Amino acid sequence: MTEDKTAPANGSILVVGGGISGLTTALEAAEVGYEVFLVEKNPYLGGRVAQLNQYFPKLCPPSCGLEINFRRIKDNPKITVLTQGEVEKIEGTPGSYDVTVALSPRLVNANCTACNDCVEACPVERDNEYNFNMDKTKAIYRPFEMAFPMRYAIDAAACKGSECGECAKVCKYDAIDLDMAAQTQNLKVGAVVWATGWEPYDAAKIDNLGFGQYPNVITNMMMERLAAPNGPTKGKITRPSDDKEPASVAFVQCAGSRDENYLPYCSYICCMASLKQATYIREQYPDAKVYIFYIDVRAPGQRYEKFYQKIKEDENVILIKGKVAEVSEDTATGNITVVAENAVTGEKVSQAVEMAVLATGMQPTAANAKLPADLTYNEDGFIINDFEKGGMFAAGCANKPSDVVTSNQNATGMALKAIQTLVRK
Amino acid sequence: MDKKYGVYICTGCGIGDALVMEDLCAVPEEEGFSVKTHPFLCGAEGLELLKKDIADDGVNTLMIAACSRRVNYDVFKFEGCIVDRVNLREQVVWSHPRSEFPALTEDQKDDGESFDRLQMLAEDYLKMSMAKLEKIDLPEPYKVETLSRKIMVIGGGITGISAALDAAKAGYEVTIVEKESSLGGYAAKMRKQLPNEDPYENLIPPVIESKIKELEGYDNITVKTETIVARLAGEPGDFIVTLKKPGEKIEFDVPFPLPEEMKFDENGKELDVEDQHKRYLEYNEGKLDILQFDPDGEKFGAVVLAAGWRPDQPEGDEFAHLGFGELPDVITNCQFEEIAAKGKVTRPSDGKEAKSVAFIQSPGKGDDDADFKYCGSVTSLVALKQAKYVREDYDDSKAYIFYQHMRTPGLTENFYKSIQQDEGIFLTKGDVISVSTNGDGMILEADNTLLGEKVKVIADLVVLATGMVPVTVDDPVVNMAYRQGPSFREIGLFDGFCDSNYICFPYETQRTGIYAAGGIRRSMTMEESMEDATGAALKAIQCIESVNRGVSVHPRSGDMTFPDFFFQRCTQCKRCTEECPFGALDDDEKGTPKPNPSRCRRCGTCMGACPERIIGFADFNIDSVGSMVKAIGVPSEDDYYEPPFRIVGFVCENDAMPALDIAGLNRLVYSADVRLIPIRCLGSMNVIWIKDALAQGLDGAFLLGCNHGDDYQCHFIKGSELSEIRVQKIGEALSSLALEEERVAQFQVAIDEYDKIPKMINDFVEQVEALGPNPFKGF
Repeated sequence: MTEDKTAPANGSILVVGGGISGLTTALEAAEVGYEVFLVEKNPYLGGRVAQLNQYFPKLCPPSCGLEINFRRIKDNPKITVLTQGEVEKIEGTPGSYDVTVALSPRLVNANCTACNDCVEACPVERDNEYNFNMDKTKAIYRPFEMAFPMRYAIDAAACKGSECGECAKVCKYDAIDLDMAAQTQNLKVGAVVWATGWEPYDAAKIDNLGFGQYPNVITNMMMERLAAPNGPTKGKITRPSDDKEPASVAFVQCAGSRDENYLPYCSYICCMASLKQATYIREQYPDAKVYIFYIDVRAPGQRYEKFYQKIKEDENVILIKGKVAEVSEDTATGNITVVAENAVTGEKVSQAVEMAVLATGMQPTAANAKLPADLTYNEDGFIINDFEKGGMFAAGCANKPSDVVTSNQNATGMALKAIQTLVRK
Repeated sequence: MDKKYGVYICTGCGIGDALVMEDLCAVPEEEGFSVKTHPFLCGAEGLELLKKDIADDGVNTLMIAACSRRVNYDVFKFEGCIVDRVNLREQVVWSHPRSEFPALTEDQKDDGESFDRLQMLAEDYLKMSMAKLEKIDLPEPYKVETLSRKIMVIGGGITGISAALDAAKAGYEVTIVEKESSLGGYAAKMRKQLPNEDPYENLIPPVIESKIKELEGYDNITVKTETIVARLAGEPGDFIVTLKKPGEKIEFDVPFPLPEEMKFDENGKELDVEDQHKRYLEYNEGKLDILQFDPDGEKFGAVVLAAGWRPDQPEGDEFAHLGFGELPDVITNCQFEEIAAKGKVTRPSDGKEAKSVAFIQSPGKGDDDADFKYCGSVTSLVALKQAKYVREDYDDSKAYIFYQHMRTPGLTENFYKSIQQDEGIFLTKGDVISVSTNGDGMILEADNTLLGEKVKVIADLVVLATGMVPVTVDDPVVNMAYRQGPSFREIGLFDGFCDSNYICFPYETQRTGIYAAGGIRRSMTMEESMEDATGAALKAIQCIESVNRGVSVHPRSGDMTFPDFFFQRCTQCKRCTEECPFGALDDDEKGTPKPNPSRCRRCGTCMGACPERIIGFADFNIDSVGSMVKAIGVPSEDDYYEPPFRIVGFVCENDAMPALDIAGLNRLVYSADVRLIPIRCLGSMNVIWIKDALAQGLDGAFLLGCNHGDDYQCHFIKGSELSEIRVQKIGEALSSLALEEERVAQFQVAIDEYDKIPKMINDFVEQVEALGPNPFKGF
């Protein structure tokens, strides 16, 4: 006999953003028994973590957890995934919202078997945003090997359309529809969770650190792609100017973060990310030297502290407490000189390296593109949650800068907040 | 179910171009199976063909020989039907191009010497699938007899109260169990709390009072103070809990496992099983066995463990250089909070106003820049908060904070910045070398500060930022009546914190239905604890609803199968009970396991462990995998002049199998003499499969699974580690058959190392080839 005292799982939840937070909210709610719509603007799920080579501090691949999450979606009929979708309009009150989702045409339909014949036929190349434009794909492309859904997409901006049509000619499965039209889909939901995530802060805005000026100054997210087996260099870390194996690398912490001119807050992940990336370099190049310039090493808590202490033991990783003031390039060699003041000794440190990595921080996506909903933001564009009001919630880095663990905790909790709204209805 | 079989082979995506379809179709046809091919099976027309056969001909057991099961999962899903996917695409034709594995020429076809490796590979996979389909069934869900939807929250601090409120708001009944006489925990002992919104300047009054008040508004929340858990028995959806007053001794107190040192006699020799059991009974005298259920026990569906933390109490002369334990006015941050909560900040030694207070963040010995043990960003933030107290209390006060790393991540940086604006608070990096008396007060010396090389500060009070120790370090708290022991988790990775080892899955638990939250899991601020509580409450609710549907929770979410035991043949060896990563099994006094299916996560570790092979799942069992192995063709010298080798690989389906798919997607090439069998986890690998494989003449066997060790990636904790131990033991058995140990191996691979897999496989094949063919071949 079942004592049934709970409201039945009725009403549905909209989750906006298919990164790790959105996936988590969607899955956790659906596995309670609620119907979930997951809207993602990219043609694939996974968001920022799909671009990471490894997670700190375990140094494990994010695709491992993503794969499990994708399997959970595959096995769960309660979740509807809408890729290339963006919420255009939301009206209503907690418990009852009318949502309009704009769907961009993928130009490839469900017939696609991912056989890859089209890619060979396509004559047009495009910058590969997934790899921060460090390589190119064809206009028709597979976002990445483990992408979900496993279906190709056409970059409409690059594609020459039906006047070319080479892909359609070779496709045996009638999967290409170059005239596919944009669509809108209307959804009725009881609660909305915004998991719109973050953008790497635009390093070009930081005028003293040389990004965009000197090719061998890259960002930490670019480093993730360079180190990834499915990245532009197949996992071999080389510097952009001449594909040389770097013998020395400097990490510039707080590149844009903790700085009133750029991002006043701390971006939470960059210290741990640089410590992690130091292991990428040290593993590939046993003689390479790594210099990390920091204000504070933010490795809080038992697990992070342990990881930091382990990195510190490596003699080739040199940690310098000092904020980088200046970055310059030796035009002949392409080498980079990083200048900082050692905060403890007061000495001016000038370190020449073959490559520099800016530990750029995270900016909430909503900072640059406000969402079409009645939400409250803090000065920096993070969404402030109003649990009293309910109905709409922000999860993960849309709410505050955080690491994957904290984002997922938060995102799991937001699934419950959304459910509460449905029950209260 | 009466099975009606149908075999459907897709010829698209290059399958039909590479394989001789006629011969392939003949394989199931010879066995009497009906076979259909289609050039685009996942397309509308192909699908129509399948649906028509199901509807018109009653086909209910389908082999789909096409692409990987990772794709078109929704397309080839048919209600009430058993479906097996044979991966002819990624695993056969895409990873074995005709350029490397050429088709036979007309002359070669009947010469008795030549064979088509690729065709053989595809045909074997079809045979293996047929064998499997005969041995598997549709699962029927397990339902607990009486489902309780009530949630027990252990701990009535900020985390427990938050979890209770959040679960209650979703309509669930909750009981809070608190050992103290009142609710609130540490949150109720504080003067003020950190600000959590712009402008992050002023400390806020503790929220705990309003939270406690809020509880009153919920008649579905019961609060039991001065109460602890004596034992928690049963399984999710049907936990039976005995509660008691602290200090009481009752017969339902949970028995504890025998401490390690008691397992040996006075000469240091390990006692035999019977003597150990005798001692165990003595040790637990007066306590009933775990399988004795309390008839008056209270029923719960799931548990949130929010028992919190205690302040770390430095021991002995651990921090003698800081004067702790010696100087009365050197105290911990918790002691300081207590003083500050009572009124103005004063010195414990004489009650005088403390107007100059130094806060030490890191004990700093030598090069050590680590914070105190059990610290986190909380302790940095607390130092800032407490410095503010000092400034609030006296106009002419000063606070000094010595840190190695100011750890105020994320938006808490804003609070740090506001503190920097206070001219009475001095913040500096520094190694504190000594704290000593100085007349009426103390003097603190620090090196390497931002203010100069050496700094001396005169202080009335010195505060050490010591950490938060999870209470589970001292006591199991949950007191589970589980054969594996009463503690929440004992994997020794987190200094006693009940944390998850998975970045992606922070609420992963080795005790299904019991979810930890707050300070017991990691050092957290109040705000973080409240947020964590919501997540844990969700997981508790989700577990209850999953039990109600008879399905597993993460990572095999929705799986309806559960292990079935054929008890007549059980030899009471206890291996299943011991090896289960989730403590799902409790053996009785004879050693016969009692399965608790809703604790189970369906990994199959028990099935892999069982030497009698009496454990299996509806769709995955010893016989289904064993039959797949037997279905592999083993060509011998009777067939060919130089027969090809045959090697079987058991592959973890969570990580290694997807990696193999990606290898296929990238057209990476590996040996066509290998036959792969996906299994739920390497933990489910039963050595009988390997023994049988070698006995039937296969030349080698390997396992492909996740990395193990401290940073293990196995989704079921220790699957790959356990299988490695089993494989090592197999070596001896092999030598007795005069077979080389090198014929069996295990490899660890991460999901993104798809580029390394071909070499792993090919190297192993070479290694086996060097040993020569299995002498049992052909017998």
